[in-house]
Amino acid sequence: MDIERGKVTAIMGPSGTGKTTLLKLIGGQLKPDSGTVVVDGENVHQLSLSALYDLRRRTMGMLFQSGALLTDLSVYDNVAFPLREHTALPEEAIHHLILLKLEAVGLRGARHLMPAELSGGMARRVALARAIALDPQMIMFDEPFTGQDPISMGVLVKLIHDMNHALGMTSVVVSHDVNETASISDYIYVISDGKVVQSGTPEALQHSDSAWVKQFLDGDADGPVPFHYSNKSLMDDLMEGIKSNRS
Amino acid sequence: MIADKVLNKLQQIGYKTLSRFNRVGRASLFLWQVLFSLPYMIQRPRLLVRQLYYVGVQTLLIILVAGLFVGMVLALQAYIVLVDFGAEDSISLMVSLSILRELGPVFTGLLFAGRAGSALTAEIGLMKSTEQLSGMEMMAVNPMKYIIAPRFLAGVIAVPLLTSIFMAIAILGGYFVATEMLGIYEGVFWSQMQNNVDFYTDVVNGMIKSLVFGFVVVWIAVFEGHDCMPTSEGLGQATTRTVVHGSLAVLGLDFILTALMFNV
Repeated sequence: MDIERGKVTAIMGPSGTGKTTLLKLIGGQLKPDSGTVVVDGENVHQLSLSALYDLRRRTMGMLFQSGALLTDLSVYDNVAFPLREHTALPEEAIHHLILLKLEAVGLRGARHLMPAELSGGMARRVALARAIALDPQMIMFDEPFTGQDPISMGVLVKLIHDMNHALGMTSVVVSHDVNETASISDYIYVISDGKVVQSGTPEALQHSDSAWVKQFLDGDADGPVPFHYSNKSLMDDLMEGIKSNRS
Repeated sequence: MIADKVLNKLQQIGYKTLSRFNRVGRASLFLWQVLFSLPYMIQRPRLLVRQLYYVGVQTLLIILVAGLFVGMVLALQAYIVLVDFGAEDSISLMVSLSILRELGPVFTGLLFAGRAGSALTAEIGLMKSTEQLSGMEMMAVNPMKYIIAPRFLAGVIAVPLLTSIFMAIAILGGYFVATEMLGIYEGVFWSQMQNNVDFYTDVVNGMIKSLVFGFVVVWIAVFEGHDCMPTSEGLGQATTRTVVHGSLAVLGLDFILTALMFNV
């Protein structure tokens, strides 16, 4: 699997197939049983702890599904957090940077709110502002659209697209929201059970001849992934109950 | 069939034992990492001060109230026993020795596990389940240094201080009951204490105990929070374990330390 610099790469697949795990592998939070992850020319899992933190600081930003804002800090301080931790900028410069970052996500006016006072969509936008605070080369989005109302969803789609173009960042979007993700990505990997089933540009995937990919993209209830979890037929299950009652 | 059941049971016991050992190993490694993160506190004293407030100052009230009543009850009980022998003048001796040697450190350890330890576990566990710890890691801030180390160090510093406050207030409670209610002379009360309480065997040993209890209780609390299953059920279990294991550790260690310190 290759993720190209400066492009939006989407990783799609049903829930529980290891999409988030993949992001955690890239970020070095989990260790792979086999295989390697190379980011910016460095093998993530052979780095020492301090080198790994250095790599994260230089190259990665991550947007978590829940936003992962620090609940005891205000929106302003949340965005300031990475800047204060990693730079020696004077507070005045940090103030300007925060206002710019919050302006980019449209939440400059919400800077005094606490995370508990934000809606889910706003929390994700704040988290996005925080993730771009240090201008990373790559940003990873973990299910950015899940559980969002249509407006927030539209805002997030626009933000991811614009950020990628304006800042030239590499974006990795993990999602199972087919249409939104397809509309902004340059390349899509469809994975299932930890394996890449198909990959290609959004257009190419639309014309995929794999029945599984077709079912996934169209959201059909039945197909290669069966509607019923059980592999026994209903009749057999019912009869079994009757038999055991008699005996 | 029976062989199968026995085998199953054996397997379960083996599995449980192994996972226990696994946990002990994880807890030890965790402590190692925490200790290595402590020097970071020199760069960030504000983090430590904040936690000292949450862990120490906010536990103060329960310590004060508990200490006062423990001291008062002790004085009453001591009087009931001693008056039969005409030895009620030694009431201060009994109150101060039991407070300084045993009840001060033990009570403070237990109250701390219940009040601050459980709060620490719940806070860290919730941070874990809301991905705040992961988020911090991805921002290249080590949560070991930023979250765990200040809480750990604050606990280790706070418990001996809280213990000395508990001791002082308990002795004052005993003094109040003895002089105001039971009619012991003030001078007798204090001079008995002054003559018979030794600074090293009684006061210093009590403080060493409290240092050990604080260390162990905070270790358990932060480890349980950091190691908990990130679900509401897992969080509840971890908080319970902090209080149960913390309290038992205090009581068990108290026995060992007493046996070592007082050469019985």
